[in-house]
Parts: sequence; C-alpha cells; structure tokens
Amino acid sequence: MAEPPAGLRRFTAARVALGRAGNALPTAAHLDFVEAHAMARDAVHAALDVAGLAAELRALGLDPVVVASRAADRHIYLVRPDLGRALDDASVARLARCDPPLALVIADGLSATAVQRHAAPFLAEALPRLARIDVAAGPAVIALQGRVALGDAIGAALGAEAVAVLIGERPGLSAPDSLGLYLTWNPRPSRTDAERNCISNIRPAGQPYAQAAETLAWLVGEMRRRRLTGIALKDERPAALSAPAASGRLGEGR
Amino acid sequence: MAFAHTVGGTRYVFPDLRTLLARASPFRSGDALAGIAALPEAERVAAQRALADLPLRHFLAEAVVAYEDDDVTRLILDGHDATAFAPVASMTVGQFRDWLLSDAATAQALAALRPGLTPEMVAAVSKIMRIADLIAVAAKCRVVTRFRNTLGLPGTLSVRLQPNDPADDPRGVAASTLDGLLLGAGDAVIGVNPATDNVETTIRLLELLDTIRGRYAIPTQTCVLAHVTTTLAAIARGAPVDLVFQSIGGTEAVNRSFGVSLALLAEAREAALALKRGTLGDNVMYFETGQGSALSADAHHGVDQQTLEARAYAVARAFQPLLVNSVVGFIGPEYLYDGKQIMRAGLEDHFCGKLLGLPMGVDVCYTNHAEADQDDMDALLTLLGVAGVTYVMGVPGADDVMLNYQSTSFHDALAVRAALGKSPAPEFAGWLERMGIGTEATFPPALSPALIGLG
Repeated sequence: MAEPPAGLRRFTAARVALGRAGNALPTAAHLDFVEAHAMARDAVHAALDVAGLAAELRALGLDPVVVASRAADRHIYLVRPDLGRALDDASVARLARCDPPLALVIADGLSATAVQRHAAPFLAEALPRLARIDVAAGPAVIALQGRVALGDAIGAALGAEAVAVLIGERPGLSAPDSLGLYLTWNPRPSRTDAERNCISNIRPAGQPYAQAAETLAWLVGEMRRRRLTGIALKDERPAALSAPAASGRLGEGR
Repeated sequence: MAFAHTVGGTRYVFPDLRTLLARASPFRSGDALAGIAALPEAERVAAQRALADLPLRHFLAEAVVAYEDDDVTRLILDGHDATAFAPVASMTVGQFRDWLLSDAATAQALAALRPGLTPEMVAAVSKIMRIADLIAVAAKCRVVTRFRNTLGLPGTLSVRLQPNDPADDPRGVAASTLDGLLLGAGDAVIGVNPATDNVETTIRLLELLDTIRGRYAIPTQTCVLAHVTTTLAAIARGAPVDLVFQSIGGTEAVNRSFGVSLALLAEAREAALALKRGTLGDNVMYFETGQGSALSADAHHGVDQQTLEARAYAVARAFQPLLVNSVVGFIGPEYLYDGKQIMRAGLEDHFCGKLLGLPMGVDVCYTNHAEADQDDMDALLTLLGVAGVTYVMGVPGADDVMLNYQSTSFHDALAVRAALGKSPAPEFAGWLERMGIGTEATFPPALSPALIGLG
C-alpha cells in the first residue's frame, strides 16, 4: 500500500497523513490516539501533590494557605461547577483579611498535572517582574477542586484589590498540561468571565513562562492604572494577548 | 395549569407545562444541575404518563417561556400554521408518538406537518420515545438543502471538513483540508473555527478556503465560523463569504448572551443572499446548537435543556439554513455526563431537528473530562447513520487541536458510509471520481498540494 504524503505534517500539529487500514486507522496511529486520551484522562483525575507544590512556593518566598471549594471530590467537581466556585466553610476561617494588591490563587482546575508542572516555574518568572512595578504579589492560596470563579470568593475574603488565578485548563489530546491564568480586578462573587483577562496555554511548548510573565506584568500595570479588567482592557492589547474565548462557538463551563 | 399522575401509590403533581416536560426528560446531568430533574425514578414515569395523555393543542395554549418576555416564544406561536397542524390536532402526545411510528406517517405527511409543529410538541414526544423510535421516525424525514451542491438526498451522508489550527496558520488549515479531501470529506462544508475572532483573521481564512475551492474546482461551500458580526464586517469588506455561521439557543436571553438577535440573523442572511454565490440554491445559513448552552448562560427559565434545544431549532428554521448541527458532547459533563447521556441526546437532537424540517447534522463528540471515549462515538455515529443524519464532522484523526475535544475523523466518516452503503452529495461524489480520489492513500496529480503552495 502506498504511504500517504507525510509532508503535510510539516504544516500542522493536527493528526494528518495517518494512512489507512481499510477505512480505519493503522494500528500505530490508533494506539497513539488511545495513549494521548489516557494521558488527558489521567490529568483530569490526578490529585494535586499539595505538599510538593507548597514547598516549591515557599522556595519562592511565598507562604501558601490551603483551601478547598465546596466540591468534595472530583465527581462532584465535574457535575457541579457551582460548588467548585464556592469556598467551603472551614476554608473561609483560614483566609485572614490583609488587603493585598494582588492575591495569587493556584487551583487544580481540570488538570492538576498542569499546575504541578508549571505553576512554580511560571511564578519564578512572574514575581520579579511584578516586583519591578512595585506589586508585591501574595498571599498565595492553594485551592483544591477549584474553578476560576473560586478566586472571586478568595479575593473577597482577603480584601484583595485584584486576584490572579492560576488553574489547570481542560486537557486536550495534544496538551494535557496547559496552565491558564485569569486576572480579575476587585474580585467578588458576582464577577463574570467578561470582567477577567486570560493568559492561556502557559507551558514550555505553548506560551513559555517568561513570555507569559511579561504579559502578566503588562496587564497588572494597565489594570492598576485603569482600575479594571475584562473586555475594556482587552481592546487595547496586542493580538497575541488573548482574552477568554469569544468566538461564535458555544461556550464551555469554566 | 397543573398536571398529575399516580405511580406506585404516590400522586405526583406538576404545577405547569415546563415542570412536566423537565420531569419527563430522561436523566441527564444538566437538568440535575438546574435542579429540575425527576427524583425518584417514579416521578419521571408519572410525568411521562401525564405527558402522554396531554393533548397536542395544549402546547398552543401554554408557553414554557412567557410570550411577553421572549422573542423565541413569539416566533414559535406567531408562526404556527393551524392548517398544517390539522391532521394531528386531535391527538395526545402519546397518540402522536404512535402515529409517527405508523406507516401513515410517510415522508410526505411528515414534511406537510412541519409548519404545524412547535418545538415543544416535538421535544415532548421525544421524551416518551426510545432510541429505536427516534431513529425510525428520523429516518423517514426528508430534508434537502442546496448551495453549490445538494445535501440530504436519500442514501447520502455528508461531512463537514473541520481543519482547525490553534494559531489560524493558513498552511496548517490548508494541510488539514487536503488531508480531508483525500479522505472524501468536505461535501457539507469546509468550515474553520477561528482561534481568534477578528475581521482580519476571518478574511484571511475565507480567502484561503475560497482559493482552495477554486483551484481544485470543488463543488462545495466554505465557511469561517466567526461571530455573525465578524462575518458581516467581512462581507462589507468584500470577502468571499458563502455561508453565515452563528451559535444559537432556545431563548431570547441565551441568544443575547451570544451577542445575537433575530433581527441581526435576518440582516446577516440578507447580506449573504445579496452576494449570490450559491449556484444550485440559496440556503446560506449555518447554525450550531447544543443542550446546556442556555443553562450555562443562566438563560434557561427553568426549562429542561432538551426542550430548549428544540426551541433553538425553531430559531434555525426561520432562516432556511443549509446546515444545522448540535455539538452534542462539547459543552461538558455538567450537562451530558457520559457516553450514554451523549448518545441519547445526539439522537434526540437529530430527531427533533429533522421533524421540524432542518438539515440536521451532529458533531459526535466528547471532552476529556466526560466519561466517554471513541467507542461511544463509534456507536453514536453508527446509530445516527442509520437514522439518516445529514452530515457529521471530519476532524484529522478525530482530535481537534484548536478546540481541544474529540470529534469524528475523516476515517470514521468513510467507515460509516461503507458500513451503511451511503455516498457523499452527488456533485461531490462526481468530483471525487474526476479527481481520481478513492482508496489510494497518495495524492492524485490533480489534488497535488503544490497547486496551493504546499510543496
């Protein structure tokens, strides 16, 4: 059987030129897909190694507090996004009001794998850049079974002027470990996604740490100058700094 | 108006039509999330029995979303055709189910009935049907649409070629497009979801797709699935727009959350018609829908997600679309949790769309946080093929590298066509033959990548 023109693969990361076994995939291509799906599934269901992450954050000079959402386990987290956006009662007591300029929330989201791999190395790039614009980021809060909007409840409890939520994005087959960052001015529980700015796909093979950290510092500076985040801030940014998906496609729950 | 039925010694009462419909719906996570699902199971069957006894006429007297509050309700009730409704006007929902399954419900009878059916009637009857029933009735429906080819003819199954690229790189889009054409995909549309929704990107991709279509003389249509306002801006700047795409939902509020109105959709359709680019017909709209979109936008009014999905089809049919598809497993497990829920929802959506007269396709798909895998997709794709689905998606290797979800592949579409003896749209089938595209896995000279600069 003639082989397909593998030359197409130079132009795209999509699964092109896979060949054919009748109308089906050849065995190797079939098992490649199965493997990628297994990695993505494992990322969704992996538990965050809190002690390991906390140690990495302490090495960066942060002293993390650990909190949890009201979603008691992964199943509940997946079917009840509303509970993933609310703080459990015990956690509220752990958050002392300290009125910080920029609270940091590190949440497992849909990929603990992404947070484990990329949160600390990204912050190592971001913290010095924020310090250069006189923003002492912190405190750091590790949030379990958390959705993006959990940062609003945490930020409000801390009295934070703004909150940056680092969270594991929905895993795809090509990238089970994409880290997302959502920046929200004046966080409180009624905020919508249109009031946030997003930096997505933070990982070495996607948006590298240093580049994402530059973007964050720029956004934080503009946010503090204009005292807002969201669509109004997005409009003046370069095209490379993407906001939450606003295409014609139906939305997915965050 | 309240409804009631006794099951197992317990009398279950349903205060209004929307509650009755919600409790009668087969279980899915989104209705539980909204707090409107039946509990216990006996309540569901009580609701189904009460629903089966309900006269179809009642749906013209009680709206699930208030007429004054919602332009989709007004569209549905103001557009109802009493003459077309007459043959079933005296039936209950249960009698309507039996009639749909009977030999009396021929393709002609079903087509004549369409303007007399409301989406709520169609959703209601689907709730008391099994998967086999949904397949049997949908398979009798004939819906044919045309732009540069003919979609929906008996014995055909078409494919949307979906060559998405995470950076909207034209070479990436072109490479995936050629891969799909070589595998017989693209007769429904060659349609790209842009990663960045702006006019410049949209125009660049529209010009690329039009160049590819022209260079190989492909009898199909192209589309960049940007927001309708972006497409209108592209039309104003002279871009080659075949079809106008938009996501839509079943309430005025969800459509507002998508940034659209009925008037805006009408304006977009007029703009596309004015370009006169269709050679065989003037179906110029392409809509996507999906169960759960209204709840995720907090725009559901306490109505169950499957009924709202059917109401989205009432919006679609007002604009004579070329293509409509549910993105059934895309919206996430909080709406459709697993392969079983996705499978039933996909067949419900196809049934409801077809009964209302839409050229219904399905994006047979799932995300990695749903309890589903490619086996579930194979099963749903095969069932939809038997049900006569108008088209499905073709994504390279079933892995959409931009939207991060899994759909059906070019290979999957070939397999289901072969298993069920289906062909592409006739004009496209003729083109495949002329080009020498068949089972060989190498490019024929006429489809050389070099012809579009991919050397």
